[in-house]
Amino acid sequence: MEDDIIGRLNDMHKDALREVGNIGAGNAATAFSQFLDKKIDMSVPSVDILPLSEVPEITGDVEENVFGILLQVEGEAPGSILFVLAEKSVQHLLKLVLKQEVDISELGDVEISAVKEIGNILSGAYLNALNQLTGFNLNQSVPGYSHDMAGAILSSSMIPFSEISDYALLIETQFLDGSNEIEGFFFLIPNLGSLNKILNALGFDI
Amino acid sequence: MQRDEQIRVRMAEYSIAKDPEVIVTIGLGSCVGITLYDKFKKVGGMIHIMLPENRKGMKPAKYADTGIPLIIKELEKVGAKKRNLEAKIAGGAKMFNISESSSTMRVGERNIIAVKSILADEGIRIIGEDTGEDYGRTMVFHTENGSVLIKSYKKDDHYL
Repeated sequence: MEDDIIGRLNDMHKDALREVGNIGAGNAATAFSQFLDKKIDMSVPSVDILPLSEVPEITGDVEENVFGILLQVEGEAPGSILFVLAEKSVQHLLKLVLKQEVDISELGDVEISAVKEIGNILSGAYLNALNQLTGFNLNQSVPGYSHDMAGAILSSSMIPFSEISDYALLIETQFLDGSNEIEGFFFLIPNLGSLNKILNALGFDI
Repeated sequence: MQRDEQIRVRMAEYSIAKDPEVIVTIGLGSCVGITLYDKFKKVGGMIHIMLPENRKGMKPAKYADTGIPLIIKELEKVGAKKRNLEAKIAGGAKMFNISESSSTMRVGERNIIAVKSILADEGIRIIGEDTGEDYGRTMVFHTENGSVLIKSYKKDDHYL
């Protein structure tokens, strides 16, 4: 059964998915640094396999007001990309990009476009690296944007996955600057049916 | 139990409680939270569903069609009478404004429709509702009187 694939993943498969995160996020971190003209580091990526009920807690406080940028991944291995940023990170990012202080509680169209553009740049760089690795031709949709409770953003991003599985699989990387002013969680959430396609493209039989 | 102690219901879970316990579910996006309350017995239940239909035999509490009958049965076990149950519902938002046509993104709306139709089939009246739109909600359900507090970042706190 399709939904058993998570149960069939062994350590080598998980390592391979982590490597997807490593290469994708590495490229994204470089693009992020170039865009901001500021050094951005990334954490060691992790492959999170957890019950769906625990997903809303994955970035910390479920009720925290955060920013979420959601993109659909289209092509051979569809899925979603979700980038979650704390309010203070967005405040700091917008200051860097727009060269002025912004009121985070009431962003205008220009500020929202800038936030979405950051999501676009990171996702584009991530998928480029993933395409080179797999030979796929994955594209991203126009980004969706939400400034709301972390739990509401995370749960609503898991819908395609939750249709056919009680467990979630997310490839997670954190982006950080040296001074704790920018911190973002970047998730690649392959659809369940895409996991074997990604692993096949990396030379695994599953 | 302390009056201010709260029972937490996570996504795709449910809980049953009695006066004076308080049940909370945080961060409903496209998901729908449903409370059922028997005001005579002062017992109630809350469920946090993600999707309308359980087609593949997954976790019952994740879906409207399997979750609602489940919680009704659990409430009956603790003495609630089905005919006395009254429902309040919240959530079913559209959190991200993308791909209007995709059924995935319309899931909030589909959830609300499913929940209402299942409650109607069960003969349970909806006496409070705060659904749709584009923001996340938290529900705080007081089993001492059935009141449900709705909290969000977009609207003032209010009771159903």
